[in-house]
Amino acid sequence: MLSYSIRRILMLIPVLLGMSIVVFSIIRAIPGDPALTILGEKASAKAIADLREVLGLNNPWYIQYFDYLKQIITGDLGVSLHTGASIAKEIGPYLAATTELTIFSMCFAVFIGVNAGIISAWKQNSWFDYTAMLIALIGVSMPIFWLGLMEQWFFAQELKWLPSVGRDNPRDPVQAITHFYIVDTILAGRWDQFRDVVEHLILPGIALGTIPMAIIARITRSSMLEVMRADYVRTARAKGMAQFGVVYKHALKNAMIPVLTVIGLQTGLLLGGAVLTETIFGWPGVGRYIYTAIGNRDYPVIQSGILVIATIFVLINLLVDLLYAYIDPRIKYR
Amino acid sequence: MAEVNVQTYPVKQADEQVISPWREAWRTLRKNKLALVGMGIIGFFVIVALLAPWIAPYPYDVGDLKMKNQPPSEQHLLGTDYNGRDVLSRVIYGARISLWVGTFAVIGSVVAGTILGLLSGYYGRWVDTLISRLFDIMLAFPSILLAIAIVAILGPSLQNALLAIAIVNIPTFGRLVRSRVLSLKEEEFVMAARAIGMKDSRILLQHILPNSMAPIIVTGTLGIATAIIEAAALGFLGLGAQAPEPEWGKMLSDSRQYIQKAPWTVIFPGLSIMLTVLGFNLIGDGLRDALDPRMKN
Amino acid sequence: MKKRILSATMTSLLAISMLLAGCSQTTQAPPTEPAKTEQPAPTPAPEPAKNEPKQLIVGRGGDSPGLDPIRETDGESFRVTENIFDTLVGYEEESTKVVPSLAEKWEISEDGLTYTFTLRQGVKFHDGTDFNAEAVKWNFERWMDKSNPFHNQDGYYYYNDMFGGYKGDPNHVIKSVEAVDPNTVKFTLNYPLAPFIQNLGMSPFAIASPAAVQAAGAEGFTEKPVGTGPFKFKEWKRNDTITLEKNPDYWNKGYPKVDTLVFKSIPENTARLTALINGEIDLMDGLNPDDAETVKSNSELQLILRPSNNVGYIGFNVEKQPFDNPKVREAIAYAINKPAIVEAFFAGLGQPAVNPMPPTLWGHNDSIKDREYNLEKAKQLLAEAGFPNGFKTQFWAMPVPRPYMPDGVKIAEAIQQDLKQIGIETEIVTMEWATYLEKTRIGEQTMFMLGWTGDNGDPDNFLATLLDKNNIDGNNNTRWANDEASQLMMKAKQANTQAEREQLYKQVQEIIFKEVPMVPLAHSTPALAASANVVDYKPHPKGSESLEKVDIK
Repeated sequence: MLSYSIRRILMLIPVLLGMSIVVFSIIRAIPGDPALTILGEKASAKAIADLREVLGLNNPWYIQYFDYLKQIITGDLGVSLHTGASIAKEIGPYLAATTELTIFSMCFAVFIGVNAGIISAWKQNSWFDYTAMLIALIGVSMPIFWLGLMEQWFFAQELKWLPSVGRDNPRDPVQAITHFYIVDTILAGRWDQFRDVVEHLILPGIALGTIPMAIIARITRSSMLEVMRADYVRTARAKGMAQFGVVYKHALKNAMIPVLTVIGLQTGLLLGGAVLTETIFGWPGVGRYIYTAIGNRDYPVIQSGILVIATIFVLINLLVDLLYAYIDPRIKYR
Repeated sequence: MAEVNVQTYPVKQADEQVISPWREAWRTLRKNKLALVGMGIIGFFVIVALLAPWIAPYPYDVGDLKMKNQPPSEQHLLGTDYNGRDVLSRVIYGARISLWVGTFAVIGSVVAGTILGLLSGYYGRWVDTLISRLFDIMLAFPSILLAIAIVAILGPSLQNALLAIAIVNIPTFGRLVRSRVLSLKEEEFVMAARAIGMKDSRILLQHILPNSMAPIIVTGTLGIATAIIEAAALGFLGLGAQAPEPEWGKMLSDSRQYIQKAPWTVIFPGLSIMLTVLGFNLIGDGLRDALDPRMKN
Repeated sequence: MKKRILSATMTSLLAISMLLAGCSQTTQAPPTEPAKTEQPAPTPAPEPAKNEPKQLIVGRGGDSPGLDPIRETDGESFRVTENIFDTLVGYEEESTKVVPSLAEKWEISEDGLTYTFTLRQGVKFHDGTDFNAEAVKWNFERWMDKSNPFHNQDGYYYYNDMFGGYKGDPNHVIKSVEAVDPNTVKFTLNYPLAPFIQNLGMSPFAIASPAAVQAAGAEGFTEKPVGTGPFKFKEWKRNDTITLEKNPDYWNKGYPKVDTLVFKSIPENTARLTALINGEIDLMDGLNPDDAETVKSNSELQLILRPSNNVGYIGFNVEKQPFDNPKVREAIAYAINKPAIVEAFFAGLGQPAVNPMPPTLWGHNDSIKDREYNLEKAKQLLAEAGFPNGFKTQFWAMPVPRPYMPDGVKIAEAIQQDLKQIGIETEIVTMEWATYLEKTRIGEQTMFMLGWTGDNGDPDNFLATLLDKNNIDGNNNTRWANDEASQLMMKAKQANTQAEREQLYKQVQEIIFKEVPMVPLAHSTPALAASANVVDYKPHPKGSESLEKVDIK
């Protein structure tokens, strides 16, 4: 277990290094002069030349890469060309916003998905089973940007039940401490604001969580069905344990292994999906940060933003792998 | 379709090779109602796409500005968009784009992924290390982010979106083929082929590749669904198809600002994306059950 | 997406404030301000009723890059800093005429080399330190002296541009700044600069608290801005909100009217409108022209128009075939259904353009009558030009919405449909905005669209900028080189009377109309929307303004 863990962690190094090269070279190849973008259509040629010099855009690319690598190793993610602020500092609140949204969606996905899966398995071939699986089928096929638009249109614009954009009520902004607004409002004891924050989370959270929810529901159902056929569950049933209790106590634990893996993998999908969801719901997260940076030709932000997201994704996968190996020692390192 | 990644594809026993698994699979597939529904949906869209010029009531790129954002009516069954163009006609032509992009992106990924996977799995050593690390690196990025980055370099267009999607999905197929090769390599019939001095290329093409087809087909079908969504997402972000191409994702983002006044301009393209993706997912699931029941979750 | 637009829009939004500046150097706009200005008695306004704290929430498309005004170049930054800081002089509410602000009055020496400002007394920065002559001097020294410890390394774009570089540069205008006494500042110039006073009113030249800059550091000040303005900086959540609080000690007594001012970024125009309708915000800019009706018909909302000063046009690269043939260009002019496009995409907030300058500007030739939409005529001209069956070409469309072109690609699609009817097949080409600007500037385009927002109230700024042969590779993207027109424009620049200039510019417009290097499409009026209870909001033509007078009923 330990040696597996170490090997698994060491394997990360070339991956991370490779990622930094990929990100760096991809971004470098983008056409469009950042100096011109910053200065706009009324810029003089001299102003553009001066800015290029200041930004170091005239150095050969490999020098720019090694400078970049040196920086990120020391935890310096560079400076945004657009705002002039340190990215490492700037990205914090965005990361918190994205993380909060991702966790919320994941909780939604797991809670609904696992429960729907269990009930479906329990009541196999019932109307509930059919409805749930139909929803799940549609769910896995859902273009989330369309779902987001539809939600926004229907629940925010037509029915006006829920807010359409942002994280909190601008009339009563949350005092940011940790930048996780759920936590911040609890710390401040502001339950009215807590409610606001949750209301803002619902629409984007559902949009983002739908696909994982559907996948989790389907997988929970099939692994539950398998487990329920196992001897010990039958025995437990025979011994007269309350039926539903059987499912939860024994079966759930065993069915969780494949579900756990899926959860890990889906988190990556969520991080990517955040670009779309955050664009639609005006969510001040990393996805939108990167997306607007592409528009601004803000190289350092695009590089560091993608790198940060990818690093998180890699770390989550590492965690899942380790957890998986821990739960199921039969797993072999490929 | 990340769920694909978690599956392990067990090796078929050599004796299973004797009876034709394909005929068997088709028989199973025909009994799968959901798969039939999927085939129905996709069949419908394929026919619509093929016959677009004949069945579309209007051209997709010419409208009447005086008729903009008209609700569904007898003349315009699905209404008109912000340029007064017929939404139905645009959705019909859009089917061509989505099916084309989805299919060809996957063919691209499959071809490239298979070649890399075969090389990596069969030769092992540094070839394997190199290719596997490359896959690791690519898989370390959420695929849509990587696709966005690639399109950003190449410039936004439908072809480039297709290329980007094909590239980001290579590792999925590469890894799949590689793990197939790794297990098949130990099989008796491959050992035997080697022992009699068969050339590597023949072993790969005649023995290993055919035995890897089943999972490739399943993953490929599900992959088309993913590719269609990704293409639409890129279109939605303005990084895919360009005006006036009636790409569904692009139609969504272009009509987005009129959603309250003309919801039909947003509803129908989105519905079409969902249905096509659903269709491919259903077929993919059915194929998985049919081709290898043990792959089922 | 939106943010890119904004960052690009910014320069041009701000540009109008340059009216005052670089542009007036080349134009003959007479300096309007008297050498001496009386201090207008600040209008005493009744204190707002002290009950509920009043909040004004402004929705906008993007975040501010920074809040240290001298370092900024974009409208999204200035619209916030204008509420935190004051400049020595200000502009009238709805024009760019100079009025007193932190300086109550000023005197200009005969030779135009010495400016003496008398400062308002008793003004304090938000951090409690005094605003005085020393503070003004400190700010100017920070800006002009590259060796000043608080001078930012990346320089100050507007300072450099407006005042001829920095201390030591050959063209630097300001020789010295002296604090004569606590309330008097004397500027000595190296050479006379007619628009000097006008320049000082520009948003970047806002006076910051020296103590606060020293405390925060030159880099950190952008996140902790401290000025003398109507509002104090409170909190900044990047890409989300900037919150300002009322400055109770503001020198302009009775203002500001609201207690809290919040700028909220909502990138999508429609999403912003939804937020307004739902009451999440009070005021928004960047209204889609198409939504103007929605706003008008909603009794809880009001439509506000910012004075317009722009033109959007379809241009031809006259160096490329077949656009080197004036008949082809004219045929296209006949084939574009201008009124329908303006109606559909500007929704009453724009008017079809005839000439490449807005009709509100003096010198506009009203006697030119626009070509009607006439496909027969277009086909005939095309046949005469040798293209009876039309041709294929590229049509470059703007990737971002600008005030003068609210939706480039959609408008391009509409024109594409028009041109198809006379046999011209166009392929719409679009690319990232910076690339678009770069490539159209160096002439890679064929047929394209672009526009211009006026920097000052002078025809030269439109006609010569866009169509003078000397501006090829500059902003003359049609690359149209007409000697006659260029000569007339040169003559107009040097003419003595406005009447004379007017005549010359009218002639130029006639040549342009005949030669069709471009088809002027529309002059638009940027639209804003607010809830009905927002009062006393007056949008400034320069694109942003202080919101001290805005109140909520």
